[in-house]
Amino acid sequence: SKAQSQAKTRRSKRFLQSRQPKLTEDQKSSMIIRGGNTSQTVSQALKDVYALKKPNAVLYKRKNMVRPFDDSTALEFFSKKSDCSLFLFGSHNKKRPNNLIFGRMFDFHVLDMFELGIERFVSLRDVKTDTCPEGTKPLLVFAGELFETDREHQRLRSLLTDFFCGPRVSAVRLAGLEHVLHFTALEGKIYMRSYKVLLKKSGCRTPRIQLQDMGPSFDFVMRRNHMASDDLYKTAHRQPRGVKPKKKKNISHDAFGTRLGRLHMQKQDLDKLQTRKMKGLRKRRGEQTAETAAAAAKAPRTDE
Amino acid sequence: MWGRKPRCVIRTKMASCSFEDVLAKAERDEAEKLKGITVSKELDLEFDPGNLLAFDKNRIDTREFKDCKREDFLRSLARDNTQLLINEMWKLPTERVEEVIVAKLPDPTTLLPREKPAPKPKPPTKWEQFAKLKGIQKKKKTNLVWDEVHKEWRRRWGYKRAKDDTKEWLIEVPENADPNEDQFNKRNKAKKERVARNEYNRLKNIARAQKIKVPGMGLAPTPRQSKAELAQAVNVAKISTASVGKFQDNLPKEKTPKNTGRKRKFQPLIGDFSSEKQKQLDLLKVMDSKKPRLDVTKAVNKQMREEDMESRHKNKKDFGKKGRRGKMSGKGKGKAGGKGKGPKGKGRKPQMKQGKR
Repeated sequence: SKAQSQAKTRRSKRFLQSRQPKLTEDQKSSMIIRGGNTSQTVSQALKDVYALKKPNAVLYKRKNMVRPFDDSTALEFFSKKSDCSLFLFGSHNKKRPNNLIFGRMFDFHVLDMFELGIERFVSLRDVKTDTCPEGTKPLLVFAGELFETDREHQRLRSLLTDFFCGPRVSAVRLAGLEHVLHFTALEGKIYMRSYKVLLKKSGCRTPRIQLQDMGPSFDFVMRRNHMASDDLYKTAHRQPRGVKPKKKKNISHDAFGTRLGRLHMQKQDLDKLQTRKMKGLRKRRGEQTAETAAAAAKAPRTDE
Repeated sequence: MWGRKPRCVIRTKMASCSFEDVLAKAERDEAEKLKGITVSKELDLEFDPGNLLAFDKNRIDTREFKDCKREDFLRSLARDNTQLLINEMWKLPTERVEEVIVAKLPDPTTLLPREKPAPKPKPPTKWEQFAKLKGIQKKKKTNLVWDEVHKEWRRRWGYKRAKDDTKEWLIEVPENADPNEDQFNKRNKAKKERVARNEYNRLKNIARAQKIKVPGMGLAPTPRQSKAELAQAVNVAKISTASVGKFQDNLPKEKTPKNTGRKRKFQPLIGDFSSEKQKQLDLLKVMDSKKPRLDVTKAVNKQMREEDMESRHKNKKDFGKKGRRGKMSGKGKGKAGGKGKGPKGKGRKPQMKQGKR
């Protein structure tokens, strides 16, 4: 590709290759951007989310005079430079106080954006309990029928899942399920709570859960949003061919574990089957017509 | 676990044991045990263990919520939902990895959009196409090779490799080579050529993959072009006209190259067997037949050419009687006129000038 041809060292070439599209993608990185003017609440909120999302996040602490809903080119430029597909933009003004915009990109263009206003915020610092280690994959719980019925809430649910779910893992340590993020949707407001999971003894193998308040808790109110069109959304979900494992057809296993295959044959004319040739039984040329006539008149001849 | 309780029951209460009682007692004990972890909900939650995700569709009682104990309500709701999710997680198959119990997660069921569009499959390179045709498999090679000279394991290529050609201090002159030839230089040159050819083929593969048109050899601008490359460039420029160079004159002492044009393209050795068989049979059929093969296009062109020649000759014959004189006169006039003009003109000017004065 053009970018790779510009790489002059092997290290830079490897770096550019890691940014190329892949069949199965790595974990999405997120960029947390501070807007033109931020209040104490917003700044602290951004720092807390950055703490949750470390190490796959970058925090842009300086003021960025960007208006995402008017002009998203600046965000797209940042995303291309830092190779991040998720973003969180925080700002504060009189019209929209304590504003957070959650968003995601596809191919470095904005896919979805949701503007949420913070009504109440409890920071990590204010809650004096021990937290779980950085990078633990959190349990995500969404509650509320609005997440099912309302289209905007559905999209928001998908966006929040994308934002907060950690890396894709094949196995997880059962004792390490320590962090849970709980989102409740009620009357146009989203309540986000974060708890530490304590596994207590119960009579049986599965432990009893006790939750301890931890981490940032937000009371959001839904403001504007920008949802991607249906076909763009569909294109973003398109998986390449190599991802799904191909099913092997016509192979089955029976109860004993033996592997059975299935062959499909074309229709065979049993009269004209090619079997072993026995020279003595071959018909001579002269006798042929007489014999066939005789055979036709007689009973059905025996098959070889 | 299931087997234990009934045995206890039977041992202590031998007198009043009926089968139903035993079962009922066992069930109650089980329920007692699971009391800690059971949660009753109107609608079951939707789980996605691959993403550690749970979704609760139940209606939230707004009255309870509006009370001052909002945080407690949320916490209890979260506790119930998390309990159900944990129950789901504990149902997954587990295995022991280095003294730690680990649950194997299934594939995530919630579809999330991709970051970037799917990569397009690269077209195979020339070698890959050939290997596929011939059925050549890639052979995995070992990283290290035993070096007899140094008596140790060295890498196959790169820094301090096993058989390093460049480090040889002695090269035998082969029998059929010139004794005054520099073998070391020859080796270096051969290597440079190989490297250059490799690089060229790699770039051609990339160009083919991206469908960029590459100019032929010798035409891409290089700093120093050799005589042969320049000649080739000149020839290509010559045929880059609308009439493919038919009316381009040669420079004095320039010879037109005779062997230009496409090389014959042969079919691959192992190609389509049926088509090869068909070709051979057709050839035999043609050889067998008594009738001569007629190429209609060629015949028509030949006929047209003959007709043209005939008509031209005819015209020439007719004109020759009339036009010869005319032509000759024209020629003569021109020549005479030209000859006359020349000295006259030359002589005239000074006369004229003199006249003016």
